[in-house]
Amino acid sequence: MRLRPPRHQLDRRSIAWWRTQIASVTVPIVLGASALGMLSAWWYILAAALLLGGVLIGVAMPLWWYRIHRWEVTDTAVYTRSGYFWQEWRVAPMSRIQTVDTVRGPLQQLFRLATVTVTTASAKGAVRIAGLDAELAGRLAEELTETTQATPGDAT
Amino acid sequence: MSSPDAGFERLDRKLVVVAAVLSAVFSLLAAVIGGIALSVGGMPLGLTLLIVVGGLLLIVGFSAGVEYVRWRVTRFRVTDERLELRFEFVVTKRRSLARERIRTVDVTANPVERLFGLAVVVIGTGQHGESGDAEIKLDPVSRERAEQLRVELLRRAGQSAAEQPGDGAIAALRWGWAWYAPLSFLTPAIGAAAVGAVFNVSSWFGYGREPVGSLISDLVRAAALFGYVTVVVGALLAGVIGALLLFVEMWWSYRLDREQGGMLHVRRGLLTTRSISLEERRLRGVEVVEPLGIRLAKAARVDAIATGMRQGGEGRRTDHKTLLPAAPRALASWVAAAVLREGESPIAAGTLTPHPRAALVRRLRWALAPVLVAFVLLLLVRSLLGTAVNGVLDEAVGGMLMALPWVFIAVAVPAAVLLAFDAYRSLGHGISGRYLLARRGALRRNTVALQRTGVIGWTVRQSIFQRRAGVLTLVATTAAGAGAYQIPDAAVDEGLAFADAAVPGLLAPFLERPLD
Repeated sequence: MRLRPPRHQLDRRSIAWWRTQIASVTVPIVLGASALGMLSAWWYILAAALLLGGVLIGVAMPLWWYRIHRWEVTDTAVYTRSGYFWQEWRVAPMSRIQTVDTVRGPLQQLFRLATVTVTTASAKGAVRIAGLDAELAGRLAEELTETTQATPGDAT
Repeated sequence: MSSPDAGFERLDRKLVVVAAVLSAVFSLLAAVIGGIALSVGGMPLGLTLLIVVGGLLLIVGFSAGVEYVRWRVTRFRVTDERLELRFEFVVTKRRSLARERIRTVDVTANPVERLFGLAVVVIGTGQHGESGDAEIKLDPVSRERAEQLRVELLRRAGQSAAEQPGDGAIAALRWGWAWYAPLSFLTPAIGAAAVGAVFNVSSWFGYGREPVGSLISDLVRAAALFGYVTVVVGALLAGVIGALLLFVEMWWSYRLDREQGGMLHVRRGLLTTRSISLEERRLRGVEVVEPLGIRLAKAARVDAIATGMRQGGEGRRTDHKTLLPAAPRALASWVAAAVLREGESPIAAGTLTPHPRAALVRRLRWALAPVLVAFVLLLLVRSLLGTAVNGVLDEAVGGMLMALPWVFIAVAVPAAVLLAFDAYRSLGHGISGRYLLARRGALRRNTVALQRTGVIGWTVRQSIFQRRAGVLTLVATTAAGAGAYQIPDAAVDEGLAFADAAVPGLLAPFLERPLD
C-alpha cells in the first residue's frame, strides 16, 4: 500500500520564481567575491566557482522541486506532498479547516504566484501550498472558505 | 442589559499590603548586606542606618504606591455574556472575553496572598496563536470571590446541575506516592545544584582560588575513593530531600474531583495552592507518562490531552495538565478510565502492534553512534594528554587515565544497546474502541490514548533512510494537547492501513492498494 501522488503540480512559473530566489542570494556573493579580486587572483577563481555552483543549482534544483511538490483539493480534504530526502504527505479534512490564508510576497507578485495556507485547530497541522497561480489561489481560497463555513462546529 | 458602566468591581485592595510585604522581604536582605558593607567601609553608624532605612522605606513605599494606582485604575465585571476588564490610566486598556468561549479558570495563591486571604484568577479561552489576548488575569481577588468566579464562569448557560451530576473524588493524595518523587530525573539535577552551591559558597571564602593545575593534582592525590563517594552520596541525598520537598509543596492535599456540569477539578499545593479546572467536553484523551525510574518502580503519571490548554508562555509549566502524579500503575490505569468515563482504561483494553525489526536497527544505530564518537574523542584526548601528563602524575593515576576510554566503552555500549532495545520494545500503536493508541520512548515512555474523532489530520513522513528500511512515521494532528502525536517507524503497509482504519475516510481517497 502507498500514498498516491496528489493530482496537481504547482504553476510552471514557480520554476522561474525559485531561480530568482537562488539568483538573489548567489549574485551578491559572486559580485562581492570578484570585487575582492583586486587583492588576490584567488578571489576570482572562488567567484567563478561560486557562479558555476549557483548556475548549476539554479538550473537543476527548481526542475527537481517542480516534480516533487504536488497538491490536490478534493471534496473532503486538502492533500499535499513535498520533500525528497524527507518526504512528507499532509492531509487536512475539509470539515476541520479553520482558516484559509493567501499570501503573495513581492517576488511572487512579479511572477503572479501565491501561497495558500490552510490551518486546522491543531497548532501543528497547517497545510501549505506555495507557488500557485495567483488567480487559481484566489478561487481556491474562496471555495475552501465557503466549504468551511458550511460546516458546523468549532472544528476541534 | 445593564448600563455601560454598571456592575464593575475592583480587585481586592489588600493587594497593596501584599506588595508592601513582598518588597519589604526582598529588600530587607539587600538592606542588611548593604548596611554591613557600608559600616565595614567606615561609614558612621547613624548615616548608614539613615541610608539603609530610608532606602527600604522608599522601595516599599514605591511598590505599594504602584500597586495602589493599579488598584485604583483596574476594574472588572461579569455580565450575562461577557467578562470585561478595564485598565484606565494614561492609556486605556479594555479587554473582554465572551463567556461562552471561556475554557479555563485557574486559581493560584502564593503564601503571602494566602496569609491575606487572596487568590489570583486566570481566565482563558485556550485559543492558539495570539495568546496575549486570550487571557484575563485578576490579580488578586479575595479567596471567596475567586471560588465564586470559578464556579460562575465555568457554568454553561442552560445547563442544569442535575444534568451531569458530579460524582465526587476520583483520586486523592496517598503519602506512599512521595517515594516515587526521588525516582525522577530531577533528583540528580537537584543534587548537582546543591554541590554546585556548596562549591560556590566555599569559593567566596577563598577556597578553590589556587591555580587550576595544583588544584587538579591536589584533587587527584587526595581523592582517595572515600572522598568521591562522600560527595556523590551527599549530592544524591540532597537530591532526594529536594525532590521530596518539591513533591510535598506541589501535591499537598491533592484531589481530583468530577464536579457538577462535567468538570474535572484538580486542587493541590502546600505553600502555593493551585486549583485547575478542565471541562470534560474538551478532553480528547489521556497520556500516561513513565520516566525510566518511575517505570521501574511500576508507577505512572496521567496527563490530560485537552483542547484549549494553555500553550506557549505558561504552557511550559507542564504541571497544569497533570491529572495524577506518579502513582501505582493500576491506579493510574483506573484514573485514566474514570476520567474518560470508560469502564476500562483504553490502554489496558487495547493491544499494541509492535513495529518492524528495521525500527530496532535504527534505534541501535542512533544509540551507538554517539557512543562511538565519544570513544574516538576520548582516544584522541588520551593520546594528546598521554605525553604531556607522563611524569607529572604518579603511575596509578596515569594508568587510570589510560584506561578511561576502555572503561567508558565497556559501560556505555551495553547501556546504549539496552536503551535501544527498550525504546524498540516501547514502540507500538493500535486502536482500542473510540481511541487511537500510540506508545514510544525509553527514558521517558509515554502512551497516548487519543479519541479517534479528535484526530484532525494526518502527516506522513518518510526520510530516505526510512524508505530503504520500509518504515514511515505517522503524525496524528489534533487540536488538543501537544497538537501532534507521533508514531515513528511503523511498517509502511501496516502503518497506512492503521491510519486509514483509525480515522475512517480521511486517508482512503489517497491510498493506492496494489492490484493483486
